[in-house]
Amino acid sequence: MEATQLVIQERVREQHQHHGKPQFFVVWGALLTMTAIEVYLAYQNLPAVRMLTILMGLSLVKAALIIGYFMHMKFEISRMKWTTMCVLVACLALMMIFFPDALRILTLSVK
Amino acid sequence: MSDTALPHDMPAVYEPSLFGTYSKKIGMWLFLISDSLTFGALLYAYSYGRISTPNWPTPFHSGSIINATVMTGFLLTSSLTMVLGVRASADGDKRMLRWWLLATMFCGTMFIILHGREWGKLIAEGLTLPVFPKLPGQEAASEFANVSKTVPQFASTFFGLTGMHMLHVTIGVIYLGVVALRRKFLPILLACWLAAWLLTPATSPFHYAAHALLAAFLVCSLILWLKPKVYDSADVEVAGLYWHFVDLVWMFIFPLVYLMSAKIL
Repeated sequence: MEATQLVIQERVREQHQHHGKPQFFVVWGALLTMTAIEVYLAYQNLPAVRMLTILMGLSLVKAALIIGYFMHMKFEISRMKWTTMCVLVACLALMMIFFPDALRILTLSVK
Repeated sequence: MSDTALPHDMPAVYEPSLFGTYSKKIGMWLFLISDSLTFGALLYAYSYGRISTPNWPTPFHSGSIINATVMTGFLLTSSLTMVLGVRASADGDKRMLRWWLLATMFCGTMFIILHGREWGKLIAEGLTLPVFPKLPGQEAASEFANVSKTVPQFASTFFGLTGMHMLHVTIGVIYLGVVALRRKFLPILLACWLAAWLLTPATSPFHYAAHALLAAFLVCSLILWLKPKVYDSADVEVAGLYWHFVDLVWMFIFPLVYLMSAKIL
């Protein structure tokens, strides 16, 4: 194995030292529980807007847990965290510009 | 232009990484950010259609919801096994690393099989795309015979979004297979292609999509024969990032596509 590869391997080992295996099981349990809540809500026939709000809220929490713990972002330096997450959120938020147009089509459609 | 040369005996000095990690990982994060925009566009397209169409179909009965929930369970479990694999790799436990990667591949394969079954059920009920092969007698008997004609944006956004995700899961399973088994994975991949091609009926879209496995076999062969290497813990961690991303995307597809279009009586 090359010297550079060995240095990187040592770095990966150091980065993963500060969290134990039980933490992964706790996150996995939380994700399964939130999925169960989502499925339960689907059987409750809630109004669409309220349902969407709750489901998207839970999905965002699940996404944060996956990115933070499974993808290790919580333990990266703040420059890495802020750069990647701000770029991602800004780009996805910009796409929302299309939604008012979808509502406009709804009001324009043939009654 | 300067023509000053540095002396060869000067010790190499590297600046510390700007993002506090190695370049492979930063590269994968950049790819994932760009890929999340692809999925973002597909999810927004689905939501746009949903908002702008009053008679949006709700094709997912209780059976479909249970199937999709089991699929979600497999994907979440695969993320756990993957993160345990990354941990085993960081600890230098190669035996456990291989087992965790194989467990992740198993969960991913189960997800693909269940998803394929769901697709098959919907296609048999009449929800189809013009590019899919026609099933004999599909027009007359099916529940969604008219949906594909009256609300074509449902079928196109549904199959586009979930098909793209299924493709990513398939690539993820192949990626992990290469990392876990290296050249030993090639005959397995070839066998998977033959099985997927010969065991699916000619009326199924998977009969033709199976050839993607042959293309993957050729690409993997080129990589493994031209640049053979021992995959280290950094490679496993980067592969893990990709796998968790696939899981992450499903956390939005499952509620938005399945639970919001459920027909629970």
